[in-house]
Amino acid sequence: MYKYDEYDHAMVDARVAEFSDQVRRRLAGEITEDQFKPLRLMNGLYLQLHAYMLRVAVPYGTLDSRQMRMLAHIARKYDRDYGHFTTRQNIQYNWIKLEDAPAILEDLASVEMHAIQTSGNCIRNISSDQWAGAAADEITDPRPWAELLRQWSSFHPEFSYLPRKFKIAVIAADEDRAAMRLHDIGIQIVEKDGQHGAAFYVGGGMGRTPMIAPLIKDFVPLDDMLSYAEACLRVYNRYGRRDNIYKARIKILIHELGADEYRRQVEEEFKHVKSLGIDPPKAEFDRIAAQFAPPPLDASAPDAIDRSDPDFAVWVDQNVAAHKAPGHAIVNISLKPIGGIPGDASSAQIDLMADLAEKYSHDELRVTHAQNIVLPHVRKADLYAVWQALDAAGLATPNLDLISDIIACPGLDYCSLANARSIPVAQKIATRFSDLGRQKELGELKLKISGCINACGHHHAGHIGILGVDRKGTENYQLSLGGSGAEDVSLGTITGPGFDEDGVVDAIERVTDKYLAERTEGERFVDTFRRVGMAPFKEAIYG
Amino acid sequence: MVEHIHSDGEEPAVTLDAFLSQSNATAVRLEPDEDARALIPHLDRLALIEVAFPKFRDGRGYSSARILREAGYAGELRAQGDVLVDQIAYMKRCGFDTFAPEKALNPADVEAALARWPEHYQGAADGAVPIWKLRHG
Amino acid sequence: MKLLTGNDLKTGFVTWWTGADWSLHIEDAADVGEAGEAILAAEEGARRVNAPYIINGEQTADGPRPAHIKDRIRALGPTVRPDLTLKPADPAAGDWVI
Repeated sequence: MYKYDEYDHAMVDARVAEFSDQVRRRLAGEITEDQFKPLRLMNGLYLQLHAYMLRVAVPYGTLDSRQMRMLAHIARKYDRDYGHFTTRQNIQYNWIKLEDAPAILEDLASVEMHAIQTSGNCIRNISSDQWAGAAADEITDPRPWAELLRQWSSFHPEFSYLPRKFKIAVIAADEDRAAMRLHDIGIQIVEKDGQHGAAFYVGGGMGRTPMIAPLIKDFVPLDDMLSYAEACLRVYNRYGRRDNIYKARIKILIHELGADEYRRQVEEEFKHVKSLGIDPPKAEFDRIAAQFAPPPLDASAPDAIDRSDPDFAVWVDQNVAAHKAPGHAIVNISLKPIGGIPGDASSAQIDLMADLAEKYSHDELRVTHAQNIVLPHVRKADLYAVWQALDAAGLATPNLDLISDIIACPGLDYCSLANARSIPVAQKIATRFSDLGRQKELGELKLKISGCINACGHHHAGHIGILGVDRKGTENYQLSLGGSGAEDVSLGTITGPGFDEDGVVDAIERVTDKYLAERTEGERFVDTFRRVGMAPFKEAIYG
Repeated sequence: MVEHIHSDGEEPAVTLDAFLSQSNATAVRLEPDEDARALIPHLDRLALIEVAFPKFRDGRGYSSARILREAGYAGELRAQGDVLVDQIAYMKRCGFDTFAPEKALNPADVEAALARWPEHYQGAADGAVPIWKLRHG
Repeated sequence: MKLLTGNDLKTGFVTWWTGADWSLHIEDAADVGEAGEAILAAEEGARRVNAPYIINGEQTADGPRPAHIKDRIRALGPTVRPDLTLKPADPAAGDWVI
């Protein structure tokens, strides 16, 4: 894991001091809310429905146990004893007081954490593959590249007042576990002539106008990566639309220019930027990469798992993934108990996960964009002990990637932008499909719910997506089918007229029944949908 | 050195169009949607480039400033308009050396803002040595 | 009726204008008629409220009821966490929102 040096500490400390001063000036009336708002947003502080909400960055989703315990401490001391893990691998607290915000940021800084650029029209926290460093299929660990980008983008003087927010994801495997092509810049680390480099996909995103990022450059050498990113951003900062907030994301610029013209402008800017010497030397990458060296795994760890406890065996089959090292496994902790709130965890649960990471996972945890937690490096021989501890804390729901492993934004229960509630819909669907045998029969089925068009719940990328809208003051839910945020990336198609809360649950059941009737051997729901198209599903839903 | 007041006797900055069509002006004003690169052939006869910030949220002027400094412009580069204390440290990093805020800034706040950052992660137009270079000498 | 609502600057808590002050409880909210804009300007300027706005509502037997579900959720709390609402002891409190 990356450890701060004196420079990193000094930068975060300076930010805490700066924001403390800004809060003081706001409370004293020296600056207006209009002036304060972008400042608090760049420190992750929103004003939501019930209180201020603080979004804490978890860079590329990686945490150690000390940091995880601090998240529990903040929930306990400053909030209401829980936190909400988000689709951008961050954590949010829903009940924060403005006057407490400086103290919280100080607490975070003490464990090398912050809320920097988790909101605002700037480069946001960099997201990545939650299995980085452990996945059997990665060509390298993407996190050193993400850390280089994190430092470059932190307090970037030119790109802190962009037309709109800017999200970057970095992966290094063909299997995309980070919805890479639905980011403003999606980077895949690839290999060419024995060297690793960055493939740049630019202009993806969800929101009001979902788009899949086109490939802008197939191979950017490490030595050029920050210059290339700088060129991509500069073209956007200069020419992205500022007349209409709904058309201000880079995807609209690239859509209007065309990928070829955008690429031409970036290449021209890159030629110039490259002459400025802003790329760090290889030694800096090596310094960072050394800190992501694989943990000292037990080379003699046995490969066998005692599956004699049937409940444990079910959990192993569903929630445990292959690790690159023999005798080890990746544990996926579901934060989606049937009827629970997707992504929420109590302080006690957060502490427990920290304890397990310390004892069994080389002190590492990850947050996933699907709002779950990962213990990336667990000996197979320890899985049973881990499962028992998780089970006792309500954290062993064996539903990873099944229909009840629902992504849901906070929706109208918490969010001031939302048009409809998301969480109650997620709860009703999970409850309707609570039978595990039924869920497993349906297989991989990614269901994603957003409470407004901003799509924080990734509904466009759901095999089944739900969008909550406000229809004349009443909550209404549109259903879409066939999206994917993975390497088979696609955008969902709306089925037709929307439903009320119970109606959308019924409609999903008709959709899944139709899938079971139509599927051929080995087809996932989304495969069947792609093969047979919308018509049979539409008929099943609307008659 | 940062100055917050511009002198009364200076030549008024002309618009970009006016500047490009008349050869004797030495001060120009650049609006957010105007291309800073149009000035590059003329930088040696400019004493002042005033970059307009009609709204503080419009960040195009930051790119304009860097482009001008990167092209070697050494004259006065002024941020004018909705220039707030919480933006001026970034503005300075992008190459601005004077500020003409519409609303006067508290000098103590300005001093604190400009002294805030011990170092910087990335290179920009202010000549500061980025942290990665400090790390590796 | 017209109601004024906003958040407390320091705590962020949802507040309602009572005619003389700000209350956490919508039951205390007063109909401001046409005076809303003037009150908001004065109260926001004095930092007694943050991000305030005027909403439509109706007077009911249970007290003022905002016209829009968003403000009813603001008035009560998250419907999915009854324990964190202003009426944790009332299991049916969520029905008022819908």
